[in-house]
Amino acid sequence: MAGEVQYIIDDQERKVFMLNREVHVSEEILRQEMQRVFGKCWIYVGHGSEVRNPGDFVTRRVAGRPVIFCRDAKGVVRCHFNTCRHRGATVCTERQGNARRFFCVYHGWSYGNDGSLARVPGDDAYSECFQKSELGLKHPARFEAYRDLWFMCLDPDVEPLVDYLGAATDYIDLVFDQSPSGTIEVIAGTQEYDVEANWKLMVENSVDDYHLPTTHSTWLNFMRNSGVVIEPPKEAGLILPTKGYAIDLGNGHFTTDNVNFRGRPVAHWIPLYGEAAKPEIDEIRGELVRRLGEARATRVADTNRNLVIFPNLVINDGSSVTIRTFSPEGPGRMHVTAWAAGPVEETESARARRLDAFLTFYGPGGFATPDDVEVLEQVQQGLANWQDDPWSEMSRGMGKAKDEPQLNSDEHHLRTFWRHWNQLMVGK
Amino acid sequence: MMAITDSLPIPLTRAQVEDFLYAEAELLDSWKLDEWLQLLTDDAEYLVPSNDCPQGSHRTTLFTIADNAERIRQRVIRVMDPNCHAEFPKSRTRRFISNVRIVEQQDRELVVTANFICYRFRRHERVREYVGQYRYVLRRADLGLLIRERRVLLDAHELGSLGSVSFIL
Repeated sequence: MAGEVQYIIDDQERKVFMLNREVHVSEEILRQEMQRVFGKCWIYVGHGSEVRNPGDFVTRRVAGRPVIFCRDAKGVVRCHFNTCRHRGATVCTERQGNARRFFCVYHGWSYGNDGSLARVPGDDAYSECFQKSELGLKHPARFEAYRDLWFMCLDPDVEPLVDYLGAATDYIDLVFDQSPSGTIEVIAGTQEYDVEANWKLMVENSVDDYHLPTTHSTWLNFMRNSGVVIEPPKEAGLILPTKGYAIDLGNGHFTTDNVNFRGRPVAHWIPLYGEAAKPEIDEIRGELVRRLGEARATRVADTNRNLVIFPNLVINDGSSVTIRTFSPEGPGRMHVTAWAAGPVEETESARARRLDAFLTFYGPGGFATPDDVEVLEQVQQGLANWQDDPWSEMSRGMGKAKDEPQLNSDEHHLRTFWRHWNQLMVGK
Repeated sequence: MMAITDSLPIPLTRAQVEDFLYAEAELLDSWKLDEWLQLLTDDAEYLVPSNDCPQGSHRTTLFTIADNAERIRQRVIRVMDPNCHAEFPKSRTRRFISNVRIVEQQDRELVVTANFICYRFRRHERVREYVGQYRYVLRRADLGLLIRERRVLLDAHELGSLGSVSFIL
């Protein structure tokens, strides 16, 4: 139980950080996480571009809750719980579409796309106390957006989303700066897959650059085979060919910030894209420089960033842009949903290049993600020994002086996550 | 390996196409991927659309897999490497192909659809059942049929418990 069991050992004197492996296997801890983490934090629902027109909707599960993410007839983006107020059935079974009404097929109650209860068959059988105006679809306590990235929170007293995101907004802005108008859209085609591992292992994996040379050696070979120059690191302590940092953004958010070596659709050409792509990449680069200036353009085009918004949203701006979220389905299983995203202005050829670059690394058929899935599942299998071998070691980089930067291949950002998680779970 | 050699009859019969698909399945299930590569044209494509957009184009829609011929060769290099952790040890797969239909037949190419079930087994994991339809564009070549396009449409609404597609589906 919380308070009795120590989840982390954060020994600043000995520079040792250890994680109690029970956090990845316990049903009881997951039950508490649903209240203290998923019940208290802003949780990503979707992007406004998924529901472009009035009446557009998508249904999905967010933090285990079936919701309808939609744009109502007046153009307001909304999030309804997909649960009939009458007897509890879902009122929308389609994955996506456009609807004026959501209809419960059990007894025929129907709701407007703004969530209001529109019609109850035989409503003359009810007393005067029956108020249709009070029986609209329920919704999360709070629902707010930053740059059309919509989040819900079940806690009415939570700070505003933009305050919650805090310094992470700078890193979201860097992604959106790829677009001349600052407008990024989610691209059709959703990758949804389960991983038989605790959801927090995906948080760690999404920003852990220490694992790249071992877990992803076949991807590195593929990049080499495709003409990308991958040199051994020149500086002591580096794991990757180029330098990168791990940055604590506060509130449990964190990011890697790496000098690019792997190519970027916006806008760093690599041989993998083909000679024919060079002029267009140059053009995209030129537009960035004209709009943002040389320094900012370099930040946008020549750095890769894997950003975690606590607790379960990852925005990777690497080989391509991916928005990825994952929810626990029991302590040993998570459901991952991932999208590609890109500037709305992108040409057909640039969009095709972005999607191709995505698949070189990301997703269940990519050249890297399947190996991430595999190692996370191997961790979960190994953790079956948690009672006999109870601590995971996460001290990498901890011995550095306070003013010395933490590298992407250190475990500073992972510790950032765990400290915040621990704070929410046990209040210290 | 193929029954069909030097002179391909026009039109091909369903039985001849079935023999080709069965032979290909045998190569894939036995991980003879270098031999499998010999069945592909130089402009071959291997496509697995995302489960929610089976009819999309890979140029505008995010797919699970959208390989051109070079990417297919790189994929084979990768999956045969013992450091391809998702496929080491290799999955054991067994695919069943039925409902084979020649839906279009021209002098040079034919379009063939077939239903499939592919069972995938890994140690300590439950069986995964990939069910769907193959859609082939096959090309007549001097030595027999070759695969110009191999599109795999999965029936599952999402990959979900199927996990990764780390083998050649």
